[in-house]
Amino acid sequence: MIFSGPEIVEELLRISITHVVWIPDSDTGQWEDALEASTIQLLRVCREGEAWPLAAGLHLAGKSPLIMMQTTGFFESGDALRNILYDLKLPLAAIIGARNWLNADSQDTAKRFAEPILNAWGIHYELIASSQDQTRLASHLLTCREEKRPGIILLAE
Amino acid sequence: MDNTARIPFRVALETLSQARGDTDLVVTNMGAARVWPLISQHPLDLHFNPSTMGGVVPLALGMAVAQPTRQVMALSGDGSLLMSLGSLVTVVASECKNLSVILLDNGRYDVTGGQETAASRVDVRYDEIAGSAGFPSVAASANTDSLSATVEQLFQQPGPRFLWLRVTPADPEELKTSTERMPQQLDRIQRELRQGTG
Repeated sequence: MIFSGPEIVEELLRISITHVVWIPDSDTGQWEDALEASTIQLLRVCREGEAWPLAAGLHLAGKSPLIMMQTTGFFESGDALRNILYDLKLPLAAIIGARNWLNADSQDTAKRFAEPILNAWGIHYELIASSQDQTRLASHLLTCREEKRPGIILLAE
Repeated sequence: MDNTARIPFRVALETLSQARGDTDLVVTNMGAARVWPLISQHPLDLHFNPSTMGGVVPLALGMAVAQPTRQVMALSGDGSLLMSLGSLVTVVASECKNLSVILLDNGRYDVTGGQETAASRVDVRYDEIAGSAGFPSVAASANTDSLSATVEQLFQQPGPRFLWLRVTPADPEELKTSTERMPQQLDRIQRELRQGTG
């Protein structure tokens, strides 16, 4: 785990995130208690395709949401992402958990397709693959917010 | 509910428009996004077009969560809702109280030419689905004469609310209506919400 629950909450509060819209995975799911204990409102969706429009509604109505999902959900929610990031041109923020990224021997196709699919969508993302990269999460998302473009973190798991 | 009766699509939208409060947000989608502008031009109307199918309920939910003192109405077709039935559970789990989900069920994909949805061949009870998902206030109607009363009564109930309306397909000519371009809509909505319209 690159971030503990309290560490991720601290980073998200540092950039004034108000809501986390998520479907957890076995890594990010460990942040649940810390998120619940924070001032950030946790919104649970049933399918990742809901997360992009839900976060869009929050953003349009004045909040600062962040989406969390795993690579599998990122693949599943492609059309919703396309619509919100490109048709509506909303600069949303997301953390995408990269399943099996840190497992060198893994043949997981979710790992294999993560970066090609991000690149196919034309998404400028930041890979965070070790604890030394922790500070890049907030700095990347802040830069993207200032430049009014989507800010995506690919978080190694 | 009478399985053969249907409310004319435009009449359903006109009734909802009349029931809408002046500070309420209305988020339309698909067929409703084309026909609603012929009935209502309101600064707090958002026509989610182009959209991802199944996205209107989550989008409206996000706005409702962010603006808890404002009523938000989401108008979804049945084809769209079927793609995201879980979003009804998401609405209830969010604990938002200020969202009304209006299902305009014509059993067809109107904007692609009127092909039947899978649900058109199944006796789906959308009101029971919403009720079992936990919506505290649920109503259904296929009756034009009592529609106004049904809507008025439901809107007085605690939210989130779910209204299943069995409607006719929309007029194909009205479906050709173009909606205001999205950048202009988003600028307008964000400006109105920042100014606290209403």
